[in-house]
Amino acid sequence: MAKISSIADLKKFQEEYKAKAAAKKDKILVNVSLATCSIASGGKTVMQAMMEEAAKQGINNVEFMQSGCMTYCHSEPTVVVTLPGKDPVCFGKLDETGARELVQKYLKNGEVAGTVIPVNYNRVEL
Amino acid sequence: MDSSKKQLRIATRNCGFIDPENIEDYFGVRGYEALANAVTANTPAGIIDEVKKSGIRGRGGGGFPTGTKWSFAAANTADQKYVVCNADEGDPGAFMDRAILEGDPHSIVEAMALCGYAIGASIGVVYIRAEYPLAIKRLIKAIDDARAYGVLGQNIFGSGFSFDIELKYGAGAFVCGEETALIRSMEGSRGEPYTKPPFPANAGYWGKPTIVNNVETFANIPAILVKGADWFSSIGTEKSKGTKVFALAGKITNVGLIEVPMGISLKEIIFEIGGGCPDGKEFKAVQTGGPSGGALTYKDADVPIDYDNLLAKNSMMGSGGMIVMDEDTCMVDIAKFFLDFTMDETCGKCTPCRIGSKRLYETLEKITSGQGTEADFEKMKSLAVNIKDTALCGLGQTMPNPVLSTMNTFADEYLAHVRDKKCPAGVCSNLLEIVILADKCVGCTLCARVCPVNCISGKVKEAHVIDQAACIKCGACIDKCKFDAIVKQ
Repeated sequence: MAKISSIADLKKFQEEYKAKAAAKKDKILVNVSLATCSIASGGKTVMQAMMEEAAKQGINNVEFMQSGCMTYCHSEPTVVVTLPGKDPVCFGKLDETGARELVQKYLKNGEVAGTVIPVNYNRVEL
Repeated sequence: MDSSKKQLRIATRNCGFIDPENIEDYFGVRGYEALANAVTANTPAGIIDEVKKSGIRGRGGGGFPTGTKWSFAAANTADQKYVVCNADEGDPGAFMDRAILEGDPHSIVEAMALCGYAIGASIGVVYIRAEYPLAIKRLIKAIDDARAYGVLGQNIFGSGFSFDIELKYGAGAFVCGEETALIRSMEGSRGEPYTKPPFPANAGYWGKPTIVNNVETFANIPAILVKGADWFSSIGTEKSKGTKVFALAGKITNVGLIEVPMGISLKEIIFEIGGGCPDGKEFKAVQTGGPSGGALTYKDADVPIDYDNLLAKNSMMGSGGMIVMDEDTCMVDIAKFFLDFTMDETCGKCTPCRIGSKRLYETLEKITSGQGTEADFEKMKSLAVNIKDTALCGLGQTMPNPVLSTMNTFADEYLAHVRDKKCPAGVCSNLLEIVILADKCVGCTLCARVCPVNCISGKVKEAHVIDQAACIKCGACIDKCKFDAIVKQ
């Protein structure tokens, strides 16, 4: 792995990351909250179910990632799905059945299903 | 920015957005840029100036200005200085530090290195509670990755500045969140506080100048240095800048983590963000500052929340736990609950805390069991004030706060317990009677059958009666009755 030994190196990494992110823009991005609390409420089961269901439905252009706390304890497990060209949508209160339904409806047809959590904050982006 | 949204996420800016186990994700959100700029193009004094100018104050509870603290350690000459991250989050109902460590560990790594550069330290230590295994795992991964990429370790960004981080595990003692006890614990001694001065910034870990900052404080630092002190100080109130993360817990609809600008009102937090109490219950009070804080009520609903206003209201910011209580909560019982916690957690070194907490708890026990007198009420007040004035460390000094604050705000509720021997909220079981309303009872016998102590008698199709002397007030009969004929009084 290349070491970062100057600001120029760091900028290069940032550019590489941006390029990678841009290359993903035609993909469906599924971000699963996997902090301790999300895992305890079934986040890993939801992620597994969504992966399986996506494979079963033949949805190939999907990329899964884990992240930390999404701050919505009242609706865990939560998942943020970004369809290509669309704003991210956060779904909550998922279980295995809900997760599979989410794949069948939203990932496959863009049809909103289940509990949608409205974004209630402004985020400072550096 | 959408002004209809009450929350502003700075410390938790990356939580839930990036993969905490992937350093590239952190690079993608301008991670380590603040550190790169600092060590190659800025001076330690420049960094401290910027942090001072931002006005950020310690997020662990004390609220001491972070930049000023750093300047104390920087002014000392020593062969070794230390940066310590206090991740010993022990307040009941508080989990913001865990969320940050699990969601954005690199921001802590970067901020600790920045602090190290500013004060001239080459070693950082994270004191983290062993009860947070996932946070520990992700932090270790972050430190390893940062080392592998060279943004941590020797000669960072070719600047000649070296910094590395190690972890120390806490064994679940609440008092170890107090910085002097934390230092003792890190040195391998018993986690007992000592009197300040010397302040850790002058002589801390192994007697060397040490900066102890909370996780949330550190999480703000890279944002301040990338976006500038002026930006940060434009948020918040005159004396409390930036945002605060709160953990909303208890009787609130939207349980969760929130980050709001300082100066927001309690009303906005509880009713607009939190959605009020569930099941249509009436909001009664909110405990801020955990077991060291006090209760705020509806009459404080418009107070702008910041360090100084909360102190003026006999509460404190604390680390940011907010426990919401509804009409069904007995305030005497709540005071007892928090005292039970601090009584358990006192380290026992100083008498006011060790014995005072026990005596205070016993008096509360007496009151909630219906044995209290008005003299107890007065005695408790003077004991609480004495403990506050004489205890050694923050734990003891703040331990009577829940008692004092509830006695102050809910005096009528205390008096109901001691004078009328009644618990208005219907919580203290010794002050309750469970009775069957004769006009509603149809004599179905269901209650008599579920009663675990067989204290309900009556004939079929006739009103039943509870033998008060035998009743253990478990409430099983209330749950079973289909005619709402059994009530607590």
